[in-house]
Amino acid sequence: MADETSTVRPPLVELRDMHVAFGGVKAVDGVTVDLFPGEVVALVGGNGAGKTTLIKSLSGAHPADAGQILIEGQPVTIHTPRDAKSLGVETIYQTLALADNVDAPSNVFLGRELTTRWGNLDSSAMEDATRKLMARLNPKFENFIVPVQSLSGGQRQSVAIARAVHFNARVLIMDEPTAALGPAETEQVRELIRQLQREGLGIFLISHDIHDVFDLADRISVMLQGKLVGTVNKDDVTVDEVLAMIILGKRPGEVTIEDIAELH
Amino acid sequence: MTQTDRSAPPATPGSQPPALSLRETLRAAEIDTRLLGMLVALAVIWIAFHVMSGGTFLTPRNMWTLTVQFASVAIMATGMVLVIVSRNIDLSVGSMLAVVGMAMALVQAEILPDYLGFDHPATWIIALVAGILLGAALGAFQGAIVAYVGVPAFIVTLGGLLVWRGVAWWMASGRTIAPMDSNFQLLGGGSRGTIGGTWSWVVGVVLCVGIVALLVNSRRQRKRFGFRLRPMWAEVTLGVIGCVAALGSIGFLNRYYLPEGLARQYAEDNQIPWPEGGLNVSAGLAVPVLIALGIAMLMTFLTTRRRYGRYVYAIGGNPEAAELAGINSKRTIIKTFALMGGLVGLAAAVQIARLNAAVSGLGQLTELYVIAAAVIGGTSLAGGIGSIPGAVLGALLMQSLQSGMVLMNVDAPMQNIVVGIVLVIAVTLDTVYRRRSR
Repeated sequence: MADETSTVRPPLVELRDMHVAFGGVKAVDGVTVDLFPGEVVALVGGNGAGKTTLIKSLSGAHPADAGQILIEGQPVTIHTPRDAKSLGVETIYQTLALADNVDAPSNVFLGRELTTRWGNLDSSAMEDATRKLMARLNPKFENFIVPVQSLSGGQRQSVAIARAVHFNARVLIMDEPTAALGPAETEQVRELIRQLQREGLGIFLISHDIHDVFDLADRISVMLQGKLVGTVNKDDVTVDEVLAMIILGKRPGEVTIEDIAELH
Repeated sequence: MTQTDRSAPPATPGSQPPALSLRETLRAAEIDTRLLGMLVALAVIWIAFHVMSGGTFLTPRNMWTLTVQFASVAIMATGMVLVIVSRNIDLSVGSMLAVVGMAMALVQAEILPDYLGFDHPATWIIALVAGILLGAALGAFQGAIVAYVGVPAFIVTLGGLLVWRGVAWWMASGRTIAPMDSNFQLLGGGSRGTIGGTWSWVVGVVLCVGIVALLVNSRRQRKRFGFRLRPMWAEVTLGVIGCVAALGSIGFLNRYYLPEGLARQYAEDNQIPWPEGGLNVSAGLAVPVLIALGIAMLMTFLTTRRRYGRYVYAIGGNPEAAELAGINSKRTIIKTFALMGGLVGLAAAVQIARLNAAVSGLGQLTELYVIAAAVIGGTSLAGGIGSIPGAVLGALLMQSLQSGMVLMNVDAPMQNIVVGIVLVIAVTLDTVYRRRSR
């Protein structure tokens, strides 16, 4: 899918030659990835491979030291989460990043509150919008006026997702969206990802779960020690080949029979 | 809050509300049970003191004095709530009070008279504004160190506690500055600083109208979006309770009459012949009480209806999440400390006006009372939780304890012991309550 579209128009997001270092450690070292509308690109790699750091440079949580970010072919600068949001880039963090002491509508609209003519918070309008949003995302969700700390993991996840999709996001970054969820809730999130994909969003999916990756992703970008091992179409590779990329850093053509044996 | 569903889907119009248990009734009425608990505790303390002091506690005179005494701590406690909710603390308020009080005293007693003469009508307002601005500036300065340099607020304001106390002494080499401008003195609620019985009733009626307006507006909002409405009986009951409480308090306090000297003066001013049995002239609410009331309402509005307040709570709940949501946490923290400082300025004005003098020892240990009022009022030192009405009630509770013990001739060391124990018990109860309602 990527190949046909790229000739017609530029990718939705392109991260070119990104570099991020913490002290002397090169957490992200010359990585280039891209993402098209209606596409899910999985970012995989072991712990410390630099996936989250790479994605933070796009979400504005931690700007890159060097590199270029293009959105629909236009170079953009992203220094803060606010910059990213104004460009339609929304992020669902692994920690969910919810203010636990306030209710769901307040979290959905945190930093972007609806106000009345006089600049007062319009709580009813925010609650109403959140109810409508949840009717679409998670119809069982009913606790709109309790602090989110008293909600279940899946409900909290719904709040985080609602916040990301409400403001007409074009690009969604999901960092381990199913890591803390039970089987039913995981399936619900997967279904939601497919739905958002059909709606034309581009989604960067960070996941440890290889089943998630093969189930949802169109393309898979593998990172190892801050470098990009390679990006492959899901349909062209096997699980073993992706594991070889993650663990050994070898692209499918380079893997030997001994390597495969070593993996098992 | 419990997990029980408080926000069921919109009710179909005209449907009968099902019968509710007491808990559900309170929930339906959207009453904060914590606050209700504090009111009950306050009532118990008042009645206990009344009985133990042989009927001298719950008198208009004592309660009127109590409201005047609690005003300045209440003013500062509303600011301390936000400071603590944002996961900070301000230990410097007592010392800052001394600096600002000294500055305001110097401005009106030694600086302005050189230019405007004594008791110029503008003197009080210039001194007051200067004091509030100075307080806000000192607060903002400390807040900037906390927010931008990242020094813990405990340390910054502990430093402030020492520094400002020293500065207050140094400003007048330890002298007492007196007297205050005669208009400025009204801020302290002294003999003339009251608004009289009639205006107090007006305040009561305004409060009443305000309560009803809030109820009506909130109902209209909920109707607009088709949310479930409070049962009508609950709305009416709330309105009636609110109005009765407001008007009842005013009526009670209005039974505190001016002492004879002032009453005679009043009779003379109004050309009323002095009657045989003396004249009962209601003193009415004291100016500091009005200030505290106004500040409490303003701060409640700020915390519940403005972005700034929402951000303070979000930062307290999860600083990282607030930052990722695009909230400028640093600026919010500075604003919070500046607001605290401004309120200290206002409280300092009330105190020096009441004393009719400023001394460098002003406000000693006040920081502890202010923090205690906020904490007794349900503010969690872990951040993210706290309310303005709670803190005001906390201040009222502490002042009630103190003035009750004074009435009963409890000596000062024992007073401290009791207040200390009550503080710990209040927070213990609160912790248990929160754990159970989780």
